[in-house]
Amino acid sequence: MSAATPTAPVTIHTQRPGVPFTRLVLVELRKMFNTRSGFWLIASSLIISVIAAIIVILVVPDESLTFGLFGAAFGTPLALFLPIIAALAVTSEWSQRSGLVTFTLAPHRGAVIGAKAVASIIVAIVAILFAFAVGALGNVVGAAVNGIDPVWNLEPLDLFYLFLGNVLGLLIGFMFGVLLRNSAAAVVAYLVYSFVLPAILSILAELQDWFRDLQPWVDFGFAQTPLFEGGLSGEQWAQLAVSGSIWFVIPMIVGVWSVLRAEVK
Amino acid sequence: MITVEHLTKTYGAFRAVDDVSFSCKPGTVTGFLGPNGAGKSTSMRIMAGLTIPDSGSATIGGVNYRDIPNPGTQVGVLLDASAQHAGRTGREILTLSALTMGLPKSRVDEMLDLVSLSPSESKRRVKNYSLGMRQRLGIANALLGDPKILILDEPANGLDPAGIHWMRSLLRAYANQGGTVLLSSHLLHEIEIIADEIIVIGNGKIVAQGTKAELLEGAGAYVQAADNAALAAALAQAGFTAGAKGDGLSVDAEPAQIGQVAAAAGLALVELRGADSAGLEDMFLQLTATTQREGVVTTGGVA
Repeated sequence: MSAATPTAPVTIHTQRPGVPFTRLVLVELRKMFNTRSGFWLIASSLIISVIAAIIVILVVPDESLTFGLFGAAFGTPLALFLPIIAALAVTSEWSQRSGLVTFTLAPHRGAVIGAKAVASIIVAIVAILFAFAVGALGNVVGAAVNGIDPVWNLEPLDLFYLFLGNVLGLLIGFMFGVLLRNSAAAVVAYLVYSFVLPAILSILAELQDWFRDLQPWVDFGFAQTPLFEGGLSGEQWAQLAVSGSIWFVIPMIVGVWSVLRAEVK
Repeated sequence: MITVEHLTKTYGAFRAVDDVSFSCKPGTVTGFLGPNGAGKSTSMRIMAGLTIPDSGSATIGGVNYRDIPNPGTQVGVLLDASAQHAGRTGREILTLSALTMGLPKSRVDEMLDLVSLSPSESKRRVKNYSLGMRQRLGIANALLGDPKILILDEPANGLDPAGIHWMRSLLRAYANQGGTVLLSSHLLHEIEIIADEIIVIGNGKIVAQGTKAELLEGAGAYVQAADNAALAAALAQAGFTAGAKGDGLSVDAEPAQIGQVAAAAGLALVELRGADSAGLEDMFLQLTATTQREGVVTTGGVA
């Protein structure tokens, strides 16, 4: 039956402009807010940082009220939420199966995954700036309420490290997202990775001498602590790089590679 | 123009798509017909670049799907109407697609209007949609970029009779304007009223393809005579096999041949007709018999 078919005009244009990366980033940003769950996940991380600032003002003795303390108070909820937000940005395409449309409209999956990473980082930047603002406000208000001068004991470099630490945490969540592509599994894996694994490794370090020297090199969480405490030595940077390769870079590469190959169904 | 050549995809020991080749021409609606699990959806996912085939190729206008720039504006795809984030509104889902393709927001309203989703329905979250509403949303999403080629997997599934009629007119008009449409279904009657060309797939293999008339060629005829036994004897003498069917006979011959036999034997006929959709149904069940989950018996059957 195909014998007598007249030659059909080619209907596909290959020279048209593709979907630009910036548009993908905007779409991915929108996706993070346009579901109730996504919106409230982000909103609650900010709300909790405000509550944390208020609690600090109410319960902490006057002489201890410093910007550094506020930093720790608002930094903790963010450090917990941002990685989950990033993981869900990836996994929802599979768990909710919306990837069938997403990857049909933008078949270059690497670009979509990249756009998700950029969108997550943009959300992190805004959230961290918001938290800094809340912390600063809390510091000023706390000092005024207690009739003392506000103590600004965080250097710009400290803030930078705090920021870097949060972005790194977010990327770890993202890594579990691409590696597991399942919302529940990614969140559980991230929580185990962040809270259970460090405990096991520190117990191991206490019990085994040989591991104590090795720990900074293989325990990524341990190697990250200086980020939140401001300042890394040369050796600490090296430890961060080595442990990061094991626990972050290699799994991320495997995850992204599998996302590019995985069947979307 | 969709061209599929020697497409094969296996999952472990299971061969979901087995050496499938066909093409869909502009200006026609091609129906992809097969029972559940026959390989229709896998083939369509491969066409849209979501699944990598083991061998063979699927190209659209001679190009791999992944190489089509901004593909939503050139190929409309609906693979599973239920595969949407349940927490988004229908309007939001179309808005995301419009943003990705770089289309104005007004296009979203046009499409909602086209598929008859009211403004209030469009603001509801998809988890509260019926299957029919999801199908309408999915069709709106596929048509959003005004593509010239459509790939729709089970688009009529869940639509009410009026909805199926609406979709048939829509796809017909679309093909008449030079569009290429490939749609799948496991229901014969849906396909036969919409499609110009029918591709029957079973167990991952194409078992028949052609127009409805071509598929019915050689499917035999139905005849009822005043004396069925005498006619059966006359037909047997002329070398045609006849079996009982309903109140008459199912004969492996063209109606004209049967008429001649009856005239020569001087037998009066009550009814004589070529195989119709019931014949197509029989044929469909026969062709896919090996892949059916139920051991359907097709002989004798209900007329």
